[in-house]
Amino acid sequence: MKIVLKNLTKKFPNRNKKVGGDVIAVKDFDITIPDGMLVGLLGPSGCGKSTTLNLISGLEKPTEGQVFFGDTDVTKLPAQDRGVGLVFQSYALYPHLTVEQNIRFPLENLRGNAKLTKDEMRERVHKAAKLVQIDELMERRPSELSGGQQQRVAIARALVKVPKVLLLDEPLSNLDARLRLQTREEIRRIQRETNITTVFVTHDQDEAMSICDMIVVMKDGVMMQAGKPQEVYDDPVSLFVAKFLGTPPINVFEGKMKDGKLYVADDAVLASDDFRDERDVYVAVRPEGFIVSDDGPLVCKMGRIEVMGRDISIVSEHDALLNDTGLIRSITGSDVVMDSGKTEVRFKLKPNKVFVFDKETEERIRFGVTDGQ
Amino acid sequence: MDNRFRAKGWLYLLPAILFLGVFMVYPLVDVFVYSFEEGFNFANQSFFGTGSYNYSYVLRDPYFIQALKNTFIIVIITVPLSTLIALLISLGLSSIKPLRELFQTVFFLPYVTNTLAVGLVFMILFKKTEYSDGLINILIEFFGGKGVDFITGPYAAKMFVMCFYTIWVVLPFKILILTSALASVPKVYYSAAEVDGTRPFRVFYKITLPMISPMIFYLVITGFIGAFKAYSDEVALFGTDLNSAGMNTIVGYIYDMLYGNSGGYPSYASAAAIILFAIVLTITVINLMVSSRRR
Repeated sequence: MKIVLKNLTKKFPNRNKKVGGDVIAVKDFDITIPDGMLVGLLGPSGCGKSTTLNLISGLEKPTEGQVFFGDTDVTKLPAQDRGVGLVFQSYALYPHLTVEQNIRFPLENLRGNAKLTKDEMRERVHKAAKLVQIDELMERRPSELSGGQQQRVAIARALVKVPKVLLLDEPLSNLDARLRLQTREEIRRIQRETNITTVFVTHDQDEAMSICDMIVVMKDGVMMQAGKPQEVYDDPVSLFVAKFLGTPPINVFEGKMKDGKLYVADDAVLASDDFRDERDVYVAVRPEGFIVSDDGPLVCKMGRIEVMGRDISIVSEHDALLNDTGLIRSITGSDVVMDSGKTEVRFKLKPNKVFVFDKETEERIRFGVTDGQ
Repeated sequence: MDNRFRAKGWLYLLPAILFLGVFMVYPLVDVFVYSFEEGFNFANQSFFGTGSYNYSYVLRDPYFIQALKNTFIIVIITVPLSTLIALLISLGLSSIKPLRELFQTVFFLPYVTNTLAVGLVFMILFKKTEYSDGLINILIEFFGGKGVDFITGPYAAKMFVMCFYTIWVVLPFKILILTSALASVPKVYYSAAEVDGTRPFRVFYKITLPMISPMIFYLVITGFIGAFKAYSDEVALFGTDLNSAGMNTIVGYIYDMLYGNSGGYPSYASAAAIILFAIVLTITVINLMVSSRRR
């Protein structure tokens, strides 16, 4: 089922009555999510991604704007009539019911024509349980399950009705690191097998990048960018998006455009006709955008080298760097031979891994490279 | 565990152990002993002999039988009814927003009001005097009914007032406990139920009720114990001569045996107290067994 959000806005009254006014959780959200896609809503905490999810589920009503499932306007429909399956961050499994009873719960609510017989229910419950591979645990109570198993039960409960749309709120945040990797593959597999349009909320860009067909980056209730993970990564529209995606994070320098050249401090790192206007900018370089080169224009103070098997990561420092850590982290293949005795390291930059942003608006300044140094 | 550490632990427990020992355990044992000593006399600490005569006397005493019957009726009617009403009121309270605090205060008032003062109010409501039939009778007569003397009249009328009063008095505490129990059910369960299109009654029956059931069991158990120990409420409504009013309770009977008009029979009082203890213990154990099987 295709999901369309049109000018979706949600305002909450301010809790602090003295301040007054409304808190805008989601602002003018416009997006079309194609059928059968796995979409990650991504952003820092408090950016309105959970509110957006609740607006899609119908648990919250938008202040303005519309929600469409396919061509049907569901804005006014209550949650129960939208045909959504929702997996809560805390799973919300009923503690007094067994796994089987928990999964069956939504089916028992069906009325009228949709009402199922006992056998049909058993079959559907069994199918959902098998899909998430918990059919061995049917008699257990949620308290007797591990976090990952509870998560599966929650997904099975959301899937058992065969929803048009599956929504997951921070599905992996309560799991430990190893389980998180495993479960995100699981979510991917379940989504592929069922082909249900799935939206999930996360603040972990790794998670979103790895399994999503499409990611939507949000900040302060506003959608910043949406697209395929790789596209957004390779072509961020703003400094925020560039900084938000990627591990290790992008390296941001204070820089300047002048006379067709891009400067980081006094080093002219790139040349382009588009750098003619004199202007203060941010220069952001992906960790994989550095090439170690003895005559490279970017001169950095050598820190240390971390060997990570396949790659090596060179940690260095530069005065114009704005990273929180104060360290540049660049990644190159392990075939690069580094002389660890040096106090200085010089880099050439790959132009397609360098993004330039306006200092005021933090918006992207695109450039074409004339001189591929 | 380290010996010194253990000694320290006992030292910290000592005040409580001493206090409980002197004022709880010793009297309990003493009462048990008295209950087998026939014709015990406080003044010279003497008795005729030992045996179960005290029990057979008490169990054959028509006043005790009446007290037992009254107590059981009060327990069986007021405990379930007050819990149910408290649950309904708490559900109402937690589903309204405006004026909730006002209602909470109103419902809590009986808890902070003196029993005897409340008894006085009930007298005004129910008692028939030469000057007035009481507010309730006036109402009954207004609607064409026939007035009843609730305080000195037929047994059923008296029992009705008694139960009404008891329920009204125990409600505030139960409402307090249940509203906080309801508030502690995580909202996310209701959101989950909403997405799944669960009907309100099913939400209540399948989610709310199981989630607050430990609190309900707590209220039922303490309610049973409290109702078995009823006495002051009866005095507040019917005065101190409960035997002649036919509204005595087990605790009332014990009190009368110790100090009342017919006072001076500590042996009988002890036997009655032990019987009450046995009843309360049995009921509580049954309650606990039922509640642990439910879980």
